[in-house]
Amino acid sequence: MILRSKDVLGLEDLTAEEILGVIDIASRFRAVFDRPVRSVPIMRGRTVVNFFHEPSTRTRISFELAEKRLSADIVNFSTATSSLSKGETLRDTAENLAAMKIDMLVIRHSSSGAAQYLAKVLECSVINAGDGAHEHPTQGLLDIMTMRQRLGDLRGRKVTIIGDITHSRVARSNIWGLTKLGAEVTVCGPPTMVPTGLDRMGVRVEYDLMRAVADADVLNVLRIQLERHASRSFPSNREYHRMYGISADVVKKLKPEAFIMHPGPMNRDVEIASEVADGPRQVILDQVANGVAVRMALIYLLSGGDPGALAPAAAQA
Amino acid sequence: MEWSWERIPAEFVVTNVRLCRDGVLAKGRGFLHVRKGRVEALGAGSPSSEGIPCLDAGGLVCAPGLVDLSVHFREPGNEEKETVATGSRAAAAGGFTAVVTMPDTDPAVDNSGMVRYLIDRGREAGLCRIYPTGAISPGRRGEAMTEFGDMVAAGAVGFTDDMNPVANGNLLGNALKYAGMLGVPIITHPEDQTISGRGVMHGGYWATRLGLAGMSRAAEDAALFRDIELARAAKGHLHVAHVSTKGAVGIIRRAKAEGVHVTAAATPHHFSLDHARCRDWSPLFKTNPPLREADDLGAIAEGLADGTIDAIATDHAPHTGTEKEFQFDQAPFGVVGLETALAVGITYLVNTGLLDLGQLIACLSERPARALHLPVGRLEEGAEADFVLIDPERRWTVAAGAFRSRSANSPYLGETLTGRAVATFLRGRLTWRDEAGPAAG
Repeated sequence: MILRSKDVLGLEDLTAEEILGVIDIASRFRAVFDRPVRSVPIMRGRTVVNFFHEPSTRTRISFELAEKRLSADIVNFSTATSSLSKGETLRDTAENLAAMKIDMLVIRHSSSGAAQYLAKVLECSVINAGDGAHEHPTQGLLDIMTMRQRLGDLRGRKVTIIGDITHSRVARSNIWGLTKLGAEVTVCGPPTMVPTGLDRMGVRVEYDLMRAVADADVLNVLRIQLERHASRSFPSNREYHRMYGISADVVKKLKPEAFIMHPGPMNRDVEIASEVADGPRQVILDQVANGVAVRMALIYLLSGGDPGALAPAAAQA
Repeated sequence: MEWSWERIPAEFVVTNVRLCRDGVLAKGRGFLHVRKGRVEALGAGSPSSEGIPCLDAGGLVCAPGLVDLSVHFREPGNEEKETVATGSRAAAAGGFTAVVTMPDTDPAVDNSGMVRYLIDRGREAGLCRIYPTGAISPGRRGEAMTEFGDMVAAGAVGFTDDMNPVANGNLLGNALKYAGMLGVPIITHPEDQTISGRGVMHGGYWATRLGLAGMSRAAEDAALFRDIELARAAKGHLHVAHVSTKGAVGIIRRAKAEGVHVTAAATPHHFSLDHARCRDWSPLFKTNPPLREADDLGAIAEGLADGTIDAIATDHAPHTGTEKEFQFDQAPFGVVGLETALAVGITYLVNTGLLDLGQLIACLSERPARALHLPVGRLEEGAEADFVLIDPERRWTVAAGAFRSRSANSPYLGETLTGRAVATFLRGRLTWRDEAGPAAG
């Protein structure tokens, strides 16, 4: 058993062994992508519900692709088409779903803790596709997978996460996962976007971008969530770009082998300069491909898939 | 004559009690003689009471009926959460004989008719004295003053916009002056909402870790500082409804030393529970002010011990089970407290050595009554016989099904606490008796 729990809710809950186990399986699935027929019929006859209570394009599509490549039956619903907009509680919605006998629920919700709540009240497996500003474990896993593909063992490697840490579930999942694997994590952003108490989560806080990235092996550049900044945590996009944006000038000062990640969607020329986003140091599309593989691995493992059975199949690729 | 719990006589004596008065728990045994709803006599030893029905209380503590300076009884408007009748039942079960109601009903208590209505509803229930507060502004909108004079004449004991703290300093200053003229306090929930913003829990490590929006201590401390300066300038009486930060305790301590007329209360959850309790996203721990950190809890206990904080008030805030099933950020703020306050005080303050039992009881009776000038909270000859018999050693487990309140949104569910009101009397009449209470003597 690679995963101990019926659910994947956050990297906080996973051990280093579990994280590495999932990534190992994901790498085997990744190999399948290069075959002419990319689906594996191991989820035939099983139903996965994608419940997106918050707008999402890439995560939803990535999950759907993962499910389809495993031949699962898929039901999608989002807030606009569900009765949540009619005042039904999350529990009622979830219990209705459960009564229809589903095998797995993938949930994206604007409230921190929503996935944890559903995992407690539902018997089926729950995968957290992002809960509020809390965790986004599949993003964390795909980020770690992408880093390991280039760096191997992450022990002692320096990862700098840049941007709006306060509102970022990606940052939290990265922090939990990376610190468990022994990486040295630095977070960087203006103090208005770096919450209190992060030192207790085992990371270094640095407000000066150049100091934060000087000896980094990886830069994980977060999306500035312009819609969340009603009270303005920074003066302008222009100034943000000037002080915290990853420009070509910043890239020049990085270690030569350092690379740049971004969870997408990007605000070009705000947190990342267009030329950097399209340049040779970024690995953004690799992240996207790994995302599908990581989600396939989780769905496979939570469905009781046998990692041993998978190895020969993947080896044929 | 025989004592009967079923038919409490107009005159009776409770013997073999440990009397608690003026914050001091008597070492020896004493008695309380009640006649026609008043205290006829009380003191050490045994009375000469030939022919009067007599209850041997077996060494229970006999204290003034408890007084709660902050409850939300939700009537009118949200009777599915609580009514004056069910709230009174909860109060009696917790050992309380007097409560101060908050005006945040729907509609708000912003006129004398509403004040009278609540007092009447309390009389009908007959389990607890209801002392209403009125809103500072019509509809608690913070725009203008309500008719304080008219409401005081009807029985209002203070004014507050409660969870809608008055942002307009000029209005609050005038309210302090005007209420001061009438001899009643302005009660404040100090929160600068431009600082707390959309926060749903204490701004600290746990909010960061859980990805929830935090409310910093500064929101409370800054607002309190303003309120106190306004009270100083107005020479009015400011009562702080619920202190939650160590900073606020310090601000109040200094203001009192400087002669500002400020009184304050703290809730049981703010001296017993910290923000780590929110770790499983249970909205049962979602309160405003939020549960804070260990040093805040310590400062509140210290403030109660040295008198900086006058009283323990529950801020009893019932919500339905459905509402507390919402996600943490969507659920309403507030917890019920009447039925656990005494036990939480004994468990977290007395049994930890921070207060002695006499002090704790004073924080729940004499001191709150004195802070808001309520004519209750004292056990003395001639006073109305509001009293409670307490077993300070009884251990019991808080269970959702056992609340007399209509709601059970308690942060102590499943927890085993020590101490319980085993019988409560209002004007000499029994309003509550624990099934496992004292045997008839």
